[in-house]
Amino acid sequence: MRKGPNVYLRPRSMEEALDAMANGDATAFCGGTDVFPAHVGRSLARPVVDISAVAGLRGVEFDGATYRIGGTTTWSDVLAAPLPLAFDGLKAAAREVGSIQIQNRGTIAGNLCNASPAADGVPPLLTLDADVELRSLRGTRVMPLAAFITGYRKTVLAPDEILSAVLVRVQPPRARSSFVKLGARRYLVISIVMAAAVVERGHDGRISKAAVAVGAASAVGQRLSQLERDLIGLTPDAAPSSIITSRHIEALTPIDDVRATAVYRLEAAIAVAGAALDLAAGEPSRG
Amino acid sequence: MADAISFTLNGAVTACTGSPMARLSDVLRHQLGKTGTKTGCDAGDCGACSVLIDGDIACACLVPVAQAEGTHVVTIEGLPQHSTMGERLQRAFLARGAAQCGICTPGMLMAAAALLAREKAPTRDMIADALGGVLCRCTGYAKIIAAVADAASGTIAAFEEPGAGHAVGAAIARLDGQPKVDGTEAFGADAIPRDALWIRAIRSPFHRAGFVLGNSTAFLASNPQIVRILTAADIPGRNLFGAIPAFADQPVFATGETRFKGEAVAAVVGPRAIIEALDISGFPVTWQELPPLLTPQQAVAADAHQLHANRPGNILVRGRVARGDVEAALASAAITVEGQFETGFVEHAYIEPEAGWARRVGERIEITVSTQSPYLDRDDTAAILGLAPEAVRIIPSACGGGFGSKLDLSVQPFVAVAAWVTGRPCAMVFSRPESIQSTTKRHPASMRSRMAATREGDLVAMDFEGDFNTGAYSSWGPTVANRVPVHASGPYAVPHYRAQSRAILTNCVSAGAFRGFGVPQTVIAQEQMLDMLAEKIGFDALEFRIRNALTDDTPTVTGQVMGDGVGIRECLVALRFDWLRARKDARNFNLGSGRLRRGVGVAGMFYGCGNTSLPNPSTIRFGLKPDGRLSLHQGAVDIGQGSNTVIAQIAADAVGLPLALIDLVSADTDLSPDCGKSSASRQTFVTGKAAERAGLALRRAMLRLANAGPDAAIEIAHGRLLVQEPAIIRAVQLDRQPLDHHGYVLCTEETFDPPTSPLDANGQGSPYAVYGFGAHLAEVEVDMTLGTVKVLQIVAAHDVGRAINPNLIEGQIEGGVAQGIGMALMEEFTPGRGENLHDYLIPTIGDIPPIRSILVERPSSVGPFGAKGVGEQVLIPTAPAILNAIYNASGARITRTPATPDRVRAAIRALEAT
Repeated sequence: MRKGPNVYLRPRSMEEALDAMANGDATAFCGGTDVFPAHVGRSLARPVVDISAVAGLRGVEFDGATYRIGGTTTWSDVLAAPLPLAFDGLKAAAREVGSIQIQNRGTIAGNLCNASPAADGVPPLLTLDADVELRSLRGTRVMPLAAFITGYRKTVLAPDEILSAVLVRVQPPRARSSFVKLGARRYLVISIVMAAAVVERGHDGRISKAAVAVGAASAVGQRLSQLERDLIGLTPDAAPSSIITSRHIEALTPIDDVRATAVYRLEAAIAVAGAALDLAAGEPSRG
Repeated sequence: MADAISFTLNGAVTACTGSPMARLSDVLRHQLGKTGTKTGCDAGDCGACSVLIDGDIACACLVPVAQAEGTHVVTIEGLPQHSTMGERLQRAFLARGAAQCGICTPGMLMAAAALLAREKAPTRDMIADALGGVLCRCTGYAKIIAAVADAASGTIAAFEEPGAGHAVGAAIARLDGQPKVDGTEAFGADAIPRDALWIRAIRSPFHRAGFVLGNSTAFLASNPQIVRILTAADIPGRNLFGAIPAFADQPVFATGETRFKGEAVAAVVGPRAIIEALDISGFPVTWQELPPLLTPQQAVAADAHQLHANRPGNILVRGRVARGDVEAALASAAITVEGQFETGFVEHAYIEPEAGWARRVGERIEITVSTQSPYLDRDDTAAILGLAPEAVRIIPSACGGGFGSKLDLSVQPFVAVAAWVTGRPCAMVFSRPESIQSTTKRHPASMRSRMAATREGDLVAMDFEGDFNTGAYSSWGPTVANRVPVHASGPYAVPHYRAQSRAILTNCVSAGAFRGFGVPQTVIAQEQMLDMLAEKIGFDALEFRIRNALTDDTPTVTGQVMGDGVGIRECLVALRFDWLRARKDARNFNLGSGRLRRGVGVAGMFYGCGNTSLPNPSTIRFGLKPDGRLSLHQGAVDIGQGSNTVIAQIAADAVGLPLALIDLVSADTDLSPDCGKSSASRQTFVTGKAAERAGLALRRAMLRLANAGPDAAIEIAHGRLLVQEPAIIRAVQLDRQPLDHHGYVLCTEETFDPPTSPLDANGQGSPYAVYGFGAHLAEVEVDMTLGTVKVLQIVAAHDVGRAINPNLIEGQIEGGVAQGIGMALMEEFTPGRGENLHDYLIPTIGDIPPIRSILVERPSSVGPFGAKGVGEQVLIPTAPAILNAIYNASGARITRTPATPDRVRAAIRALEAT
C-alpha cells in the first residue's frame, strides 16, 4: 500500500481490507466517532483503512446457532434489527451511546476496539458471553470479549487485524436483559457507571441463570461472578437488588476523575447493578 | 489523492478534491461554500454540524468526506427543498423564538427534520430524543421543543405587525431571525475570504512555565508554506491588553514566563490547509515547567511567587460595603447562622468558538469578529497596533453566544497583528480546546458568611467574605470584586452589613465576566443561609423572604433608596400559590418509603443594571431617509438576547411610527455610535433609553419640519411625511428635502448614561440607577441512593419594569434557568482537564424541566417605558433555589457546587452517619 501520512484506502472487499492492513501500520476506521474526537486540531498520523464500504460486513445475521454482528454494524443497525429479548440490554445501551448522530455512524466493533473503560457496549456483550472474531491475512481467531479487552484502552487486536464480527450464541428463550446507565446529564453523556444484566428464570420462577456486568468502575467492564452465583435459585418474590453487598463488587477498581469519585462509583455500582438485575428479573419489556 | 469524491448535495451532483479523510463539515464549509453547517467542537459533542446523509442525521465533523461518496447529503441550505417539513420547521422556529443567537439552529432544524420525516405526531419525549444530540446554550430548549411540535401539527403562529405606538409590549418574532433559520447568518467563521491566511497559536502546555523560543530556520525549512511566525517582537504597539484599561496586564504573546496553561507565546501564519494540518510539536520552543499557584489559598500564602510585579500579595482588587455595626448586631442577635460555600470555574460554552478575521486597508485595519463589545475591541486593539482608535474598524459578525466571555479580546489581537504585518487578510478560528483553555471563565468563589435575625423573623445582620479566583490576568475581575459586596445581601433589607471581597491572581485561565458578574456565586451562599435562618426561627422560607424584601422606600446595603420600581416583593408573592402547592405535593410524595425524595426550594435576587458607579453611556443615531424609511443605528450588539428587536420596538413607539418602517444599521464602529458592551443587563435599559430619547427627538424634529405642534399625529406614506393636527394636515415630500452628511433628511443622536454616584470607602452610594428583581421556585427529586437530582419544574417570576417583548423575555428566562441548572448540577471546569464538551457538561434538551415564567411589571421611572434589564437576572436565583430544594428533599445541605451525584451522595452519606 501507499506510504506516508494521509494515506487513505477504502476497500470494497474483506480481502482488500486485510491486504491493506497487512503492513500493520494502518488504523482500521469506520464510524469515526472515536478517531475524529481524538484528533481535534491535529491530523491523523497513521494511514487509514476505511472499512465502511467492505461488502458483507454490516448488519446482524442469525444462522440458527449464533448471532453475527458484522464489524461495521452501527448502533442504529442493532436497534433496527429484530432480535430476541436477551438483546434488549444491548439495544438499551445502543440508545444511550452518545446521540442519534453518533448511533447512526458509530459501530459496536469500534466501541470494543476503542476499549474505553466507559464503553457502553462492553457490559451488555459481556453478559451475553459474546465472542469477537478477529481477521487478518494470517487467519481468523475467535475469542471471548472478556479476553479481548485486557486493560485501559488495551486489546489483543494485532496491528494487522480487523474485528470482523461480534458473535453471540443463541440465548435461552426465557432470558431477559437490561442496561442501566448513570450519567450526570440525560443525553450525550459518558457513563459514571453502568451495568447490564441477563436473567433467566426456571419454570418454577426461580432464577436459573444470571449474568451481570458493570462498566466505568474499573479499567475494563467486569462481570460480577460471585453475585451471579448467589442469585441462582432466587425466588420471584425477592428482588435481586436486595441481596447485593459490597463483597460482590470487590473486583471493581474505580478511579477518581472529572465525573465522580471512586468511593461514589463503588456505591453507585451496587445500586446500578441492582437496578439492572431487577429490570431483567421483572416483567420483560420490549423497547 | 487526486480522485474527486462525488456526492449529491442538496439535490445537485457535487465533486470535491483534497484529503479523503477531511471532515465533511470542513469540506462543506471551506470548499463547497455551505457555511450554514456550523462547527462547534469537531468531536460530535455539540451537534451543530448535523446534516442528513441519505436521510439519516449525522455529525458532519465525524464523517470523512470519502464516506459521503455516492450519498445524498442535505444541509440547512437545502432543507426547505429536500425535506418534507423543513420550511415549516423554519417558520415555526422563527415564530416561537426558538433561535436566539442562532448558532445551534441549523443543527436543531436538521435533527428535527430527520424526526418529522419518520414521525408525524411526535411526543415531547420523542422530540427530546431526536434533538438530544444538539446542544443549545441560549434558549433552554423550551421554545425549540414547542416549535418542533408546532411544525408537526401545522399550528404556527402568524404575527401581525404592530401598528404605530403598539410595538412596546408586543411579543413579536425577532427582527433578525430569518437568516438564523435559513442558514445564511454569518457568524465569526462564516465569511472569511478564501484567500485569507490562517493563524494558529503556540500555547503553553503548563500552568506556569519559563520558555525560550528557538531558531525558527529549521522549522520554516521543513514547513516552507508558513508565511510568518509572530511573537511579542512583532507587536507594533504595546504587547498588553485588558478589558478594563486601568488594569490592562495581559500580553498578546507572553514574554519570559507563561502564567496559565494555554497562554500564547507565538503564532504561525499560512494557508489554511497547511496551518490546520501543521504538527506544532515541531515548533522551536523549549519549556521549563515552574510550580504554579492554582488556588487563592496558595496565591496569598506568604511565600507565594508574585504573578505581576505591581500586584502585591497577588491581590488584584478588594471590594467592600459596610453599614451599621455588624459585630455588635451579630453578638446580640437572637438567631444566628454561619456557613461556608464554594463554587468552581464555569465555562461559557457558547456553541460558537471565538472566530474572526482582519484585513489591512491602507493605514487602517478592519476586523470582522464575533464580539459583545465592538468599541472596547476597537480601542484595545488600536493600542496593540499602535494606532489611533479611529484607525481600527470593528465589524461585529453575528455572535454565536457570548454570556460575558466575548467581552474580552480573543482572536482580535492575532488577526490584527497578522494582517497588519503581512498585508493580507488573516483569520483565526479557535478550536474547542483552545476556546476552553484560553478564554475567560466564571470566578470560583470561596465564601464565608454569618447572618442574624430576630425571633420575629427580621433580618438584622450579615457578615460576608468572599475570595474569587481571578486567574492569571485582570479581565473583569475588578468588576466582579466590586459587584459582589453590593449584591451579597440579596434583595433584602439588612441594617447591619459588612461584605468584603478579594479577586486573587493565580496560574489559572483568567476568570472574567459571566452572566451575573459574581452574583450567581454569592446567592448560592446567601439564599441558602436565608433558609437556614428561617428554619432556625421556625419561619416559612418564602414568607421570611417576603417579610424582609426591599421596598421602594427601604435602603439597600449601599444606602440607596430606589423610590420606585422595587418589585422583589411582588415576585416572591407571585410564587406563593406554587410554593404551597409544590410543598404539599412533595410531602405527599415523600409519604412513600422509596429512595426518591422530593423537595421544593425558593430563592430571590436583585441585580444592578449597567456598570457599577461608572459611566456607561449609549448613543443612538436615528435618521429619516429620503424614501420615508427610518435608519436605526443600533450599536448594541445582539448576541442572541434580542437587542436588535427590543431597541427597535422602543425607538418605534418613541417616534410614534410603525416598527416596519425601521431599517437596522449594525454595530459596525464605522457606522454606528458607541452603545457600549452587551453585558451587565444594560442594553434594554441604557441603549433602550437612548433609543427612546432619539425617537422622541426625531419626532420633535419631524414636527418642526412640518411646523406643527407637539400633539400632532405623524404618518409616513408614499415618501411623504404627513403631520395631522385637528384642523390641518401638512405633507412634506421627503425626497425634496436637503440631506445631512449621513444622507438623512432628519437625524438625531441621543445619549443616555445612567445616573449613579460613586461609592465611598464603606461602599455607600448609588451604584446603579436601576435594579432588576426576581425569584425562582424549584421542585426537585433526589435519588437518595445515587445522589442524582432531577429538576421537575422551575417557576420564575421576574420584575422587568415593562416587558418590551414578552416572548423574548421568556426566552431569556428559559435560557438563564438552563444555565442556572447547569451551574447547580453539572458544570465545573478544572484547569488543565476536560477541555472539550464531553467532559465539560452543559445541560442537554433532556435536562431542562418545564419552566413557567411570570412577568411582574413594576416600572422604573428611569428606564425606557419603565423597563429594566433581565439578561443576567434570569440565571441568578436558579442554582440556590435548586440547592434549597435538594435540602428540602434530602436534608443534605450542599455547600460546594456543582451538586454532582457524588457530592450529593456524600452529603447524604454524612447525614446517615450521624
